[in-house]
Amino acid sequence: MESGVNKSENAGAATVRVALPYHLRNLARIEGDVLLAVTTPVTLRAVLDALEARYPMLRGTIRDYGTGQRRAFLRFFACEEDWSLASPDAELPEAVATGKEPLLILGAIAGG
Amino acid sequence: MSSVRVLVGTRKGAFVLTSDGKRKDWQVSGPFFAGWEIYHMKGSEADPNRMYVSQNSGWFGQLIQRSDDGGKTWHQPGLKPGESEMPRFPDKAPNRFLYDTSSETGKPLTTHQWYDGTQHPWEFKRVWHLEPSLSDPDTVYAGVEDAALFRSTDGGESWQELSGLRGHGTGAQWAPGAGGMGLHTIILDATNEKRIYIAISAAGTFRSDDGGQMWRPINKGLRSPYMPDQDAEVGHCVHHVAMHRAKPEVLFMQKHWDVMRSDDAGENWHEVSGNLPTDFGFVIDVHAHEPETLYVVPIKSDSEHFPIDGKLRVYRSRSGGNEWEPLAKGLPEKDCYVNVLRDAMAVDRLDECGVYFGTTGGQVYASADAGDNWMPIVRDLPAVLSVEVQTLN
Repeated sequence: MESGVNKSENAGAATVRVALPYHLRNLARIEGDVLLAVTTPVTLRAVLDALEARYPMLRGTIRDYGTGQRRAFLRFFACEEDWSLASPDAELPEAVATGKEPLLILGAIAGG
Repeated sequence: MSSVRVLVGTRKGAFVLTSDGKRKDWQVSGPFFAGWEIYHMKGSEADPNRMYVSQNSGWFGQLIQRSDDGGKTWHQPGLKPGESEMPRFPDKAPNRFLYDTSSETGKPLTTHQWYDGTQHPWEFKRVWHLEPSLSDPDTVYAGVEDAALFRSTDGGESWQELSGLRGHGTGAQWAPGAGGMGLHTIILDATNEKRIYIAISAAGTFRSDDGGQMWRPINKGLRSPYMPDQDAEVGHCVHHVAMHRAKPEVLFMQKHWDVMRSDDAGENWHEVSGNLPTDFGFVIDVHAHEPETLYVVPIKSDSEHFPIDGKLRVYRSRSGGNEWEPLAKGLPEKDCYVNVLRDAMAVDRLDECGVYFGTTGGQVYASADAGDNWMPIVRDLPAVLSVEVQTLN
């Protein structure tokens, strides 16, 4: 189990903090938030690409392989705003891009 | 000394139950992959230490797990055990099941029949069944929902659809049953490596004689009263099919209603429900050493998925069907309202054949004497989705 800190950060790239749900942390064998080097501009797509590049076992668990779309029961939140339906190429808030606030990936409360 | 390993997939994880050849004292390990649905787990006959698991979640989708050491450790194929590095990714991905959409490889379809009769796109949902090759531990077949057959030849690191099944011509008529349109049964003929049987709810049974490239429906003789055309080539809700290796031309089927038998590799079917109290059910299996001894668990009806009168009974036929005897010693005599799902029965190959099944109530029952006497190995697991057995020497 590792800390989740990206060991291969790129100089000049933004450092983004990502909070994963329990099962995905287990799958990636990490504890706590993930710190990722993300190319700018910092978009959802850029963050997820960086996340999946660092933790390839997460490929297909957040975005569907067939469609590339967000899986239906996952949601994205940042700075108390719901980004789930936003364009994947929209820039995330500056607080996320600077690592002050995390990008939250949440599993929907479903199933009783 | 011989031993057995019972592989149990449940709604909330996988469990491995082990015992020596006496099958009286059991060790329970798990849950593995806690919190995930484990539709199926099965070991390779070519290498019993090689095991495959279908791990699924409504939130996070499909994963495949593999063990190379008999279940001590697990990893996603392509990912080194204990490491998070997956060097060959993304060219290979153990959880990428993409339908073949090329026009060169078997006329793959783009739609199937939906509940309202309209056509609906194929959408991958989960792997229902994993069937390792009988001779190569790195080759494994996956039956998926929406119904299709995939094969991996690299230990589960990547998957390719055998698209001739969906593309053979009837795919547009396939429709999902209440539980989805899953390919749930895969039978490999030990005497003919080119012959493969599969079954789909609610499409029917299909056979390939060339290793999975070309397919055709084999449903003649099935009668399904909910269908307007009783002689329809496809559309039957087949729940499970079983075969004994010594008689590979003989198939037994638990259909939605009816227990059926074929003596000609599925070309023709006839009913062998005989004196069963109800011929609705899900599981069916064959004794390891007696090709005409089979087992079913009658379920009251398709509206009430539990045993009749709250009495859990396995029924055994020693005559290849028609004449059935109830087996009740050690099973609940009253107030039992569980179900036994289609992949939740298996047999071992010890001299005295062991029979196992799991329930939606979380019990796994075992008989070490071909069904005469039963005992629960465990009583309080999550709902059991699948049971497989490895007989180890």
